[in-house]
Amino acid sequence: MSLSTADLLRVARLARLQIADHEADTYAAQLSGILAHFSLIGEVNTDAIVPLAHAIETVGQLREDVVSEAVDRDQLQAGAPLVENGYYLVPRVIE
Amino acid sequence: MTHPDYPQTLAAQSVALAEGQFSSVELTQHYLERINRLDGQFNSFITVCPDFAIAQAAEADRRRAAGENGALLGIPYANKDIFCTKGIKTTCASRMLADWQAPYDATVVERLHAAGMVMLGKTNMDEFAMGSSNETSWFGPARNPWDTNRVPGGSSGGSAAAVAARLAPVATGTDTGGSIRQPAALCGVTGLKPTYGRVSRWGMIAFASSLDQGGPMGLTAEDVALMLNAMTGADRRDATSIERAPENFMADLGKPLTGLKVGVPTEFMDAGLSPAIRACVDVTASTLKQLGASIKEVSLPNAGVAVPAYYVVASAEASSNLSRYDGVRFGHRCENPVDLADLYSRSRGEGFGNEVKRRILVGTYVLSAGYYDAWYRKAQQLRRLIQQDYVAAFNDVDVLLGPTTPNTAFALGENIADPLTMYLSDIYTTGVNLAGLPGLSMPGGFVDGLPVGLQLIGNYFDERRVLQVAHQFQQHTDWHSRMPVAAE
Repeated sequence: MSLSTADLLRVARLARLQIADHEADTYAAQLSGILAHFSLIGEVNTDAIVPLAHAIETVGQLREDVVSEAVDRDQLQAGAPLVENGYYLVPRVIE
Repeated sequence: MTHPDYPQTLAAQSVALAEGQFSSVELTQHYLERINRLDGQFNSFITVCPDFAIAQAAEADRRRAAGENGALLGIPYANKDIFCTKGIKTTCASRMLADWQAPYDATVVERLHAAGMVMLGKTNMDEFAMGSSNETSWFGPARNPWDTNRVPGGSSGGSAAAVAARLAPVATGTDTGGSIRQPAALCGVTGLKPTYGRVSRWGMIAFASSLDQGGPMGLTAEDVALMLNAMTGADRRDATSIERAPENFMADLGKPLTGLKVGVPTEFMDAGLSPAIRACVDVTASTLKQLGASIKEVSLPNAGVAVPAYYVVASAEASSNLSRYDGVRFGHRCENPVDLADLYSRSRGEGFGNEVKRRILVGTYVLSAGYYDAWYRKAQQLRRLIQQDYVAAFNDVDVLLGPTTPNTAFALGENIADPLTMYLSDIYTTGVNLAGLPGLSMPGGFVDGLPVGLQLIGNYFDERRVLQVAHQFQQHTDWHSRMPVAAE
């Protein structure tokens, strides 16, 4: 199991995660080593085994759809890096 | 009046507070003074909140004066910095959240504070709970009170170190792949990961949602049981929390172990285990036998793939959960982004440390087109096989006994450059999370001056049994009451 630097950068782009060029080789080598060990899992026969997403398989819980708490916008936005008039500011998307 | 010798356990403090031997304010000041004097060498707290704590303690004293007498009323605790706390910053030990203040309290925090507990501060941890050594913290590593050149374990390393150093009688932790049990083992304290769903995850910053579970850490099983009483219960804000009749986790502590069937998984005792720790497991099995239990070997045939299956599932869930850190709504934002894509990727690249990036990359990879079936789906199939192994074992025995970790605490820096070696230190703990079972680590010996942790694994919702076994063991041993010299 080997991940090239190009593969690594493709995955990083999918994750919207900047990896510096000088670090990409290191991450690619580390991930290759990790995935090589993890490929152990391919050796176990799992034919007809239903995947388990959740250890406690319960049914979803329903509740009345009623307002239970007030949302204080100012308080929620207090931790935001940049807001204006209640809006989150980001770089211009449409020229 | 001064009280130079405050009792160390929550249970003893609870009695002393009820008898009026000292007040919660006095007890809280005692711990704040210890933190101030000693924590420079352990770095177990990210934030200490003396004013907040003293105010809570004074309120607890008022409640007691008004007639209340709950077991946790006025007891100080250390809170892992993954639980949201209104008014006190919550960092998850990440640059991403280094200055973040949560707009609300986590359910666990609400419940502990409603019971009258006093929060001394927020403890150090691996960044976003990803790590087994506490070395990935943005705020620097916490150190092991038994040897400050060694790691306290992780991710709840600050909580374990704080309890071991008697900087708090008890602490909160969270356990996704061993993050309560492994640091408890390495620091010589007792920690319990409850059955998945016992403890609400609301306000507990998400790492891997199908595995994350909060739980208590303390010096004894009795203290852990007392704290668990206040932490559990259904919460409509966490749809995976489980509705069950209220239980008193103290109820079975005093019952003898006569007739108890203990299984020792052969796969946990193989060549990967340090011989000295294997000897501690054997001695503990003999002790339990003397206390009336029977011991038999059991098999968990898929234990060998628990670590890779766990890391695939956990990283996949983490890559999804951590997509919320986008530099827009909260957390770190890069300077002068040129466009939205740059804002996202550079804020994340700057805000996350190396281990978190590795997990996001692994998780994104195993979920990406063309790889999903071979990795993520396969790991989920193994998850079922691992669960079935445990279910089969519990048809034969009441509780499982084994090591918590393959080795005692390792040196700072020893494994940090080698992520795979670090992952393999979770070899005995990850399967329990995949299966959703309760697991406890308790002190069970020392090797070269370092504590050894032993793991007890229970059947679903059988925390009472696990706590009973640990408590009975602690009535006949004194490993749990040993104190590191650096904490004196």
